[in-house]
Amino acid sequence: MERSTVLIAVLAALVAALGLVPKFTLAFGVPITAQSLGIMMCGTVLGAKRGGAAALLFIVLTLAGLPLLAGGRGGLGLLSGPSVGFIIGFPLAAFVTGWVMERVQTNVLTSSFIASFMGGVVALYIPGVIGMALILDKSLMAAFGLVSAFVIGDLVKVVICGFVTQAIYRAQPEKVLSRS
Amino acid sequence: MLTLTSPQKTIFHKISASQKLLALCVLSTALFQVGSLFILSGLIFTVMALYLAQGWSFARFGARMLWPLWPFVAIIALYHGVTNDIETGGEIILRMLIAVALANLVTMTTTLNDMIDVLMRLLRPLNWFGVSTKPVAITIALFIRFIPTLIDRSITMLAALRARSAGKSGWRIIVPLTLSVLNDAEHVANALRARGGVGTKDKG
Repeated sequence: MERSTVLIAVLAALVAALGLVPKFTLAFGVPITAQSLGIMMCGTVLGAKRGGAAALLFIVLTLAGLPLLAGGRGGLGLLSGPSVGFIIGFPLAAFVTGWVMERVQTNVLTSSFIASFMGGVVALYIPGVIGMALILDKSLMAAFGLVSAFVIGDLVKVVICGFVTQAIYRAQPEKVLSRS
Repeated sequence: MLTLTSPQKTIFHKISASQKLLALCVLSTALFQVGSLFILSGLIFTVMALYLAQGWSFARFGARMLWPLWPFVAIIALYHGVTNDIETGGEIILRMLIAVALANLVTMTTTLNDMIDVLMRLLRPLNWFGVSTKPVAITIALFIRFIPTLIDRSITMLAALRARSAGKSGWRIIVPLTLSVLNDAEHVANALRARGGVGTKDKG
């Protein structure tokens, strides 16, 4: 119990710290930070329940007023803005990543690729696009068009997440709880 | 630690957090039923007046918190400018700005502690079903404590990387950072256990 509690807290803090790791900027100023990579790693490292809880903790405290989202954003305004679906999607993404990771028992690299794609891209963009379509009063296709630029960055993060998880597994396999 | 709460005391600081949150829920829901550009324009001026009444620096801080929305405002303005449906576009932009500004107002005038108190109160019914909320409180405290530690550590690692490598990418610190964090977690968990655990075993 103590171990889970602490792991959830530190992984959530890791997501916050990764919001600071700079960033390469895509066309028209879309910054790509490591934050959503942290969300995927919550799932691949901690598994579904603990990973989802870590992402939930991060989001709840960000909404409560800590400016932890990349770019120093935070507060309840996030729930009224066009990114609301992505905010709600963070814990879901971590949970789905962990869930898939626990079930796809190939090697860690391949499993992490599949899991972080299903969680960090599919499970994140579904609520993300729906939220944006609702707030901006556009069709789902139009909303997806607006965020499509980010998909490329997230696919890059899927690859990085795979290699990072593999590296952690090689160094200390017992730390990858989704596999133990 | 830095939060989004305004250091300047306003009349809104005096209202309890739960009342502000309830009011925000009601107002935000009601806002989505409003379909008139005229009413929405009136509302945005009211919200601006609410901010300005708290002083110039408070209003500037509020404006800065709305700034990340500009790409969406630009896109909607462009789209509805092209389709010649400026009224709908104006409604969408105004509704979004009012909703976010109202929510920011609550964030700016409520301390983090008060927000966490409300959260813990909302979780309290779990205790009735025998689920202890103590681990939640400890997790929140640990999380807040670990953020500055990890930010410091990532800055140190980035500096070490930059001093030794020609590349500028910060991505390479992620593996050592994560491993160090997972090791820390082990130590902290042992320390917690040695001091009586997270309180799930004793009575609530």
